Amino acid sequence: MPTLRDIRKRLKAIQSTKKITAAMKMVAASKMRKVQDRMLNFRPYASRMQTVLSDLARVSAREIHPLLYLRPRKTVEVIILTSDKGLCGAFNTNILKAGAKYINSLKKDGVEVSVNAVGRKARDYFRRRNVPLRKQWLGLSGRITYANAQEIASDLSENYINETFDEVIVIYNEFKSMISQKVTSMKLLPLGSIAGEGEQKGEAMTADYLYEPTRAAIFERLLPKYIEIQIYRALLESSAAEEASRMTAMENATKNCSEMITKVTLLANKVRQAGITKDLMDIVGGVEALKE
Amino acid sequence: MEKEGKLKFEVVTPYGLILSEDVDEVTCSGSEGEFGVLPGHVPFFTTLKIGMLSYKKGNTVKYVFVNWGYAEVGSERVMVLADSAEKSEDIDPERAKAAMKRAEERLKKAEEFDFARSTSSLERAVARVQIAEKFR
Repeated sequence: MPTLRDIRKRLKAIQSTKKITAAMKMVAASKMRKVQDRMLNFRPYASRMQTVLSDLARVSAREIHPLLYLRPRKTVEVIILTSDKGLCGAFNTNILKAGAKYINSLKKDGVEVSVNAVGRKARDYFRRRNVPLRKQWLGLSGRITYANAQEIASDLSENYINETFDEVIVIYNEFKSMISQKVTSMKLLPLGSIAGEGEQKGEAMTADYLYEPTRAAIFERLLPKYIEIQIYRALLESSAAEEASRMTAMENATKNCSEMITKVTLLANKVRQAGITKDLMDIVGGVEALKE
Repeated sequence: MEKEGKLKFEVVTPYGLILSEDVDEVTCSGSEGEFGVLPGHVPFFTTLKIGMLSYKKGNTVKYVFVNWGYAEVGSERVMVLADSAEKSEDIDPERAKAAMKRAEERLKKAEEFDFARSTSSLERAVARVQIAEKFR
């Protein structure tokens, strides 16, 4: 039987935990709102860019730019976007599970896989399983800038052109809503396989474009930019999803704390009352003994 | 040709969708010179320089400032992917003028290495001022 003092101590501990989780929830909520704004504003740009590029890529010959070359799939680069910090529910677990499954299925098909980890959680996961990482990007989550995306994108383009790998898959958490994130995999390279994003289908153009200044000059700038944009978008989505997931996790934690507080308070009251009853019985017993 | 058709004119930037409207005519300043687009245009792709877009809807003409970008033209649509863009009514003429002055001064004493930067910020400011004045 725990003493009243032990129970009160426990109660205090739960109460302060509750305060912390409630505060973390607020922080996550405000961070999420910020990223969400940026992401929602960026989405139309990214999806239009995708539409434009899919039109361009469909009518153009592949020889025009090294990023459009199709090669037999020998090595596939898998980029997995996770967070740096934990305490965000199943966010990292889901994505890492999906990533590992995908990597295994690639290996079964006899394809070489090179892994590229974004976020401390992905690095730790693969390090624990002795999977070598080709590249890792840490300290991004929470303060993503376009420059980060540029850095990652230029590394990818360069290695694709150098034939380090023949395909790039990005696996990230897509921000669906406050309460749901969806693990998504996106084929970033080769570019030939880009599909437009639904909304403007039907008016597909078949004739080739007129280009100004020249097609080569435009592709030279547009293709790397497209990759940057897609990476940036995935980073934004992932980070909004992370904060949303953390918010839900912390809300649940706060709820659980409240529940425990009620339970422990009840227990404390019971123990206190039992103590009082025991004391009373002692007194009554003493009085009875004196009477005799 | 589908003359009576409308053009779907969209301007998007990384900071949001600036404009999405059905219009009759669009004029852009491309890197190789100004061009106009009517419905039924041949597929066309160009880079845009710092400058002005204008579009006509019925009898009203409106202006948009763009700061670099790409324009994709199809028979029924004009899509502008700009690094940044502002509608003429969103431009603050005072601020634009102040920016122009600042850029001019900087250009005067500019070291060689940020000559390009000063020039393009001057170009931006001049374009903004022009649009702001046209609008008034």
